[in-house]
Amino acid sequence: MPEIVENTELCPDIWQIVVEAPDVAAKALPGHFVIVMADQQGERIPLTVADYDPSAGTLTLVLAVVGTSSTKLSKLEAGQQLYALLGPLGHPSEIARHGTVVMVAGGVGTAPIYPIAKAMKAAGNRVVSIQGARTAELLFWEEKLRAVSDQYIVTTDDGSRGRKGLVTEPLRELLEDDRQGAIGCVYAIGPPVMMKFCAETTRPFDIKTIVSLNTIMGDGTGMCGGCRVRVGDKTLFTCVDGPEFDGHLVDWDGVLARQRIYVAEEKCSMERYARVRDEG
Amino acid sequence: MNEPKKKPIQKTRTPMPEQDPATRGKSFDEGPLGYSPEQARLEAGRCLQCKKPLCVAGCPVKVDIPGFLELVCRGEFAAAARLIKKTNALPAICGRVCPQEDQCEVECILGKKFEPVAVGRLERFVADYERENDLIELPEKMPPNGKKVAVVGSGPAGLTVAGDLVLLGYEVTVFEAFHKPGGVLMYGIPEFRLPKEIVEAEVDYLVRLGAKLKLNTVVGKSVTIDELLDEAGYGAVFIGVGAGLPVFMGLPGEDLGGVYSASEYLTRSNLMKAYLFPEYDTPLVRGRHVSVIGGGNVAMDSARTALRLAAESVTIVYRRSRQELPARDEEIEHAEQEGVVFRMLTAPVAFEGDQQGMVRQMKCLKMELGEPDDSGRRRPIPVEGSEFDIDTDLVILAVGSGANPLLTKGTPGLGLNSRGYINTHEHGRTDKPGVWAGGDIVTGSATVIQAMGAGKEAAEDIHRYLST
Ligand SMILES: Cc1cc2nc3c(=O)[nH]c(=O)nc-3n(C[C@H](O)[C@H](O)[C@H](O)COP(=O)(O)OP(=O)(O)OC[C@H]3O[C@@H](n4cnc5c(N)ncnc54)[C@H](O)[C@@H]3O)c2cc1C
Ligand SMILES: Cc1cc2nc3c(=O)[nH]c(=O)nc-3n(C[C@H](O)[C@H](O)[C@H](O)COP(=O)(O)OP(=O)(O)OC[C@H]3O[C@@H](n4cnc5c(N)ncnc54)[C@H](O)[C@@H]3O)c2cc1C
Ligand code: SF4
Ligand code: SF4
Ligand code: FES
Repeated sequence: MPEIVENTELCPDIWQIVVEAPDVAAKALPGHFVIVMADQQGERIPLTVADYDPSAGTLTLVLAVVGTSSTKLSKLEAGQQLYALLGPLGHPSEIARHGTVVMVAGGVGTAPIYPIAKAMKAAGNRVVSIQGARTAELLFWEEKLRAVSDQYIVTTDDGSRGRKGLVTEPLRELLEDDRQGAIGCVYAIGPPVMMKFCAETTRPFDIKTIVSLNTIMGDGTGMCGGCRVRVGDKTLFTCVDGPEFDGHLVDWDGVLARQRIYVAEEKCSMERYARVRDEG
Repeated sequence: MNEPKKKPIQKTRTPMPEQDPATRGKSFDEGPLGYSPEQARLEAGRCLQCKKPLCVAGCPVKVDIPGFLELVCRGEFAAAARLIKKTNALPAICGRVCPQEDQCEVECILGKKFEPVAVGRLERFVADYERENDLIELPEKMPPNGKKVAVVGSGPAGLTVAGDLVLLGYEVTVFEAFHKPGGVLMYGIPEFRLPKEIVEAEVDYLVRLGAKLKLNTVVGKSVTIDELLDEAGYGAVFIGVGAGLPVFMGLPGEDLGGVYSASEYLTRSNLMKAYLFPEYDTPLVRGRHVSVIGGGNVAMDSARTALRLAAESVTIVYRRSRQELPARDEEIEHAEQEGVVFRMLTAPVAFEGDQQGMVRQMKCLKMELGEPDDSGRRRPIPVEGSEFDIDTDLVILAVGSGANPLLTKGTPGLGLNSRGYINTHEHGRTDKPGVWAGGDIVTGSATVIQAMGAGKEAAEDIHRYLST
């Protein structure tokens, strides 16, 4: 079973887990994800491969603590093991030469954006990154992302760091200022609402906009259909057809609704988990 | 000369004790309870010990039925189990889930006049007896021959190949995508029909024989078949990945919350143990008024699962008539006894939801039967103007399955048919040298014993191939 090498809190409720998984690390590419289970009673949850080191045989995952599964994972310490990890899953990002690419990261979306930005840079693109968070305290990997960007913009909702406001504002300005049409592609990864609004922002400019969907999953191999999403006139499975899709074609209302399917159960699960934990 | 006095034949089969349907419909514990040794001997005694046993011809793996029944009569239950295992490595499973009424039992000569011998129940009995009394003995194994075989998928097809080749001295590794082995036996067929403990015991037996298991490994993603053959030193690969593609109907509202494919619903419940939520973390929508679309075994399993998850009503919605229901009679009866309602000649046309995006209603049309179609069954035709609504807050689509392309797309050289299933030649050989395939990924959804039969044939052929 895959052993945790390191589990550190990057900022409140965002954890960086380095895990030993040599076979997966050897195959991982930007855009891939893995499915993990914290323990035997656990849920199978998808997490993006945020970084990988084939020589050390490790993967880096970045985890936002939102419910039972992510809380359980955040509690695992170095030397402990995950019950299960499988991958790499999904299609890797299409890394091509677009000229300029704009990489928009919202919240924990910085984790999946980083390896793609790095690969885009290595492929000879001019990389402009926009990193956004609710407040300065929730920003992480700023230096890492800045290091692979030619231009780096940071926004916070409360103005505690960088520009005050949402990531869509600098994105719109970049598009408006781009008279030569240098921007060939926009990547937006973060909460679904943010991705939706980024796609709306780029739509009038008709610039290809890729998003990475974080639907609820089960197997991760195309066997259950739980991760289905309407894209254009097709129903696709996020795990095998994605997780990256053309943001202009995604049915965002559908994505948002399907993410709420288990709201009541998630609450119940978390309450029970907290109670069991407190009772020791 | 004195004619030996013949005992009159018991015309009906010895009944098998069952949980009372009223409580059974609420419990995930196994419904049928199995024979006692006395009941088993009584039932086995009904067998006429035919010289040309028709029953054997009906069994896809040719279990020596009169042979094992004779041993049961003599009270040698463990020996009977070992005799079955010569041709069928998973008797505790087949005894429970084989459609015997279409296979061994339909052919039994007694069935011409009376009820056939209850071969399945007896097969189950001897295997349970052997396991529960710790009488399982590991068979003789050939010495290691230094050759490696990879098996992709740990369903009945893959497990059979692994079991047979390990005995012949091969080093066999089974690659499985899920965190638990067993395939549909583990994630599809519910606990109340096939306790998972039994599947685990069968897999454990294979591991004790020396088969290796590599779980959480998606072949085609984590590792490819070409890598297994060219880099990892496997001399042959068997593909038994099952069908594993859910089929949706393409109806409006199908993506609402509370609309599941049967494979998602059953996997969440069986494999992830959502029926034990919140002790287990995986959630499942618990409907009060559940609609299951379809009429096969998968529909029956889904309906009976929903019933056990405290639904007030569970309705099977099927577009043909009762006569065409493809599920086993036994499953239909069980579902009915437990309180599942059957709504025949009905087809959904749309689903409607509430503000939260959860399904609340299903628009349906009444159907009537027309001329027989290609499958020989009468074609359902919508009755004009017959639209009506069913209130429902959980819909399970059990309308078939397809071939999952994940592995086949990533494996150049495999020939596929027009529906994406793998083409095979004699003994399960595929178009790709060194690669065999069998089970549902070749035939489409079939049965456990057919998948095992395909595995057996492929294992023999792999042995021939690697021995020359
Ligand atoms: C391809 C893919 C890659 C992902 N990568 C990452 C990653 O790198 N880091 C990370 O932290 N998360 C990632 N996610 C999301 C992650 O899987 C979920 O946050 C996780 O399953 C939540 O589990 P939980 O039990 O902790 O919370 P739950 O109890 O399941 O949910 C708690 C809250 O989170 C919401 N929620 C539930 N599931 C999701 C979801 N899939 N996405 C967003 N919100 C959800 C619920 O509506 C609820 O409000 C990814 C998802 C996908 C599909
Ligand atoms: C709900 C349900 C009820 C059924 N009831 C009965 C019954 O009562 N009696 C009966 O005889 N038959 C029944 N069947 C049919 C029977 O279960 C199947 O025909 C049989 O299991 C097929 O066996 P298989 O070995 O081909 O594949 P499966 O049992 O489907 O196993 C395939 C395995 O391969 C794994 N896999 C898939 N892709 C990969 C990959 N790329 N890499 C690694 N592993 C992979 C899967 O996770 C799975 O574990 C039922 C089926 C279902 C769905
Ligand atoms: S394996 Fe199935 S078909 Fe064969 S004898 Fe046993 S129950 Fe009958
Ligand atoms: S056909 Fe029936 S009676 Fe004859 S050997 Fe088989 S089980 Fe016994
Ligand atoms: S998670 Fe099951 S099909 Fe995608």
